Amino acid sequence: MNGDEACAEGAISAGCCFFAGYPITPATEIAERMSKRLPQVEGIFIQMEDEIASMNAVLGASWAGVKAMTATSGPGFSLMMENLGLGVMLETPCVLVDVQRAGPSTGLPTLVGQGDMMQARWGSHGSYEIIALVPSSPQEIFDLTITAFNLSEKYRVPVLIMSDEAVGHMSEKVVVRQVAPDDLVARKRPRVAPEKYQPYKPDKDLVPPMAIAGEGYHFHVTGLTHDERGYPEMTAEAQDRLVRRLSDKIRLNKRDIIKYEEVSTEDAQVIVCAYGITARIARRAVQQARDEGIRAGLLRPITIWPFPEERVRALAKQVKAFIVPEINYGQIVFEVERCAGSKAKTILVPNMGGAVHLPQTILEAIREAAK
Amino acid sequence: MVTVTNKPIDSYLRVDRMPHIWCAGCGIGLATSCFIRGIERAGLDLDKIALVSGIGCTGRVAGYVKLDSFHTTHGRALPFATGLKLGNPELKVVVFSGDGDLAAIGGNHLIHSARRNIDITVICINNFNYGMTGGQMGPTTPLEARSTTSPYGNFEHPFNLPYLVAASGATYVARWTVLHLRQLERSIAEALAKPGFSFIEVLSPCPTVYGRMNKRARGLDEMHYYQEKSVIRNGADPKDTDISLDGPIVVGKFVDIKRPTLWDYRRQVLDRTLQKKKA
Repeated sequence: MNGDEACAEGAISAGCCFFAGYPITPATEIAERMSKRLPQVEGIFIQMEDEIASMNAVLGASWAGVKAMTATSGPGFSLMMENLGLGVMLETPCVLVDVQRAGPSTGLPTLVGQGDMMQARWGSHGSYEIIALVPSSPQEIFDLTITAFNLSEKYRVPVLIMSDEAVGHMSEKVVVRQVAPDDLVARKRPRVAPEKYQPYKPDKDLVPPMAIAGEGYHFHVTGLTHDERGYPEMTAEAQDRLVRRLSDKIRLNKRDIIKYEEVSTEDAQVIVCAYGITARIARRAVQQARDEGIRAGLLRPITIWPFPEERVRALAKQVKAFIVPEINYGQIVFEVERCAGSKAKTILVPNMGGAVHLPQTILEAIREAAK
Repeated sequence: MVTVTNKPIDSYLRVDRMPHIWCAGCGIGLATSCFIRGIERAGLDLDKIALVSGIGCTGRVAGYVKLDSFHTTHGRALPFATGLKLGNPELKVVVFSGDGDLAAIGGNHLIHSARRNIDITVICINNFNYGMTGGQMGPTTPLEARSTTSPYGNFEHPFNLPYLVAASGATYVARWTVLHLRQLERSIAEALAKPGFSFIEVLSPCPTVYGRMNKRARGLDEMHYYQEKSVIRNGADPKDTDISLDGPIVVGKFVDIKRPTLWDYRRQVLDRTLQKKKA
């Protein structure tokens, strides 16, 4: 099956019971698959009037107590930013898939891009932290969709899956597995009586237990800055407390959240840092460089946000250069550069979108850097 | 400062959040009281009601009722409510928001929610302007009315909300003013009991901004206007209920029809097709 379909199957395996979406290339196949699959498992599929509505419906469904997801591509991702912020503010578990195509604007609807990586991090207004995962294959998007639901339930934050057109439309063998109930994370539930419940009173891990509508808790939640009772509080102090906690619950748990893969990095002089579809091509380029006797390696962030900065910092001490190929004119390269500092050179290998890199292009950059 | 004493509806309110933010002479509090009495009248289980608001003066209702309540983003109460309702069909989901929120920025969601006939009750406070931001014109501002963004008089045709939602597929449509408390309360109870998309427009004074700019600077002036100009015409064709700056206001229950809800239709279609596949 293709990556989009694998994503839908991953969601079903994760226990997703609600999908709201709007047709958009190249993410439509996720909606189509969900519209077929969800009714078979007593779930709900709804096609909304736009992506703004889709994102909101997902948040509403999550507050009704079900695992909920939406999927889109660039233009729809832009429309979802408003209520991605609401999801962060209300601390609403949900999953948002962006099957990236080349932009800006309508761009190349049917062709690959990786231009939404910074939008994933900063797209909604205000200060916040988000979790974003990047799959490189249909099998991986299946697995990461399950991971995404688990992380969203655990940290009460929308989790983004930053797929791309190539992974979404690529057909490969995918093992669709049932997930053992113990391997599925469920949001923490209130442990006190309704009259004592405060919707935003966090536990030690900074994540508050979550009541859902209809259980008698009579809670109030708001997109305004709020106190632990969920009541609006229009002060700089309340803002400081809330925004710090919303960000710190992710920052302080980076070790649990961040995943990456390394290939031949132990003795590497040049490391290619690549993600998503581009990592598959980079892997080939690294192999070719090794065949030529160049000590090249690959660092593939699977979690792109929060960025695996500690690992890049550590590797920067041993390498001459990082090569960052990406299907945009430079986004994640800035993160790598920030972490590498003056320890190692950071070289962007850009591609404006519409096609993936050639291994040769990356190989040449490796050769150049190894000189 | 308003002194809050114990009131019969206190048990439904977050009294620890009083005084509320609404201006003297504003009608949103009256409409909220009618809503609470409407819940009582309809005999609903308070644990199973969820109230969703958007942004604006009316958006603050969610923060004052002691129900599961959601203060969402501007215009988005309806799609949020759609997710809530579909996620748990046992919930009685109510959207309580303003005319700018529901009909301008949320206009697309309004017509599509009515089209789907999702089982949600909408209470729309219409004060003819954006109050929270200081009195700008909106989608319901009558022609020639003044606002801070129509200082020479409004020259955009307004929506007639009952006509709009009726044409979009709502199964229950009514309009009252906050002078018509008994009718409004009864209408809210009816709407809450009605399967499908129900919509009640509530005309409400905004003396602080809209009123001041349109020669009705006291809340009472607007109430007098309602008293003088309201014509109760139950069953009126919604297309004949346009509102003008100083013209008559047709109020009443305009639409009360049966039409399968989104949930019922979904059930019917899936039962038929999924069963067939299994067989």
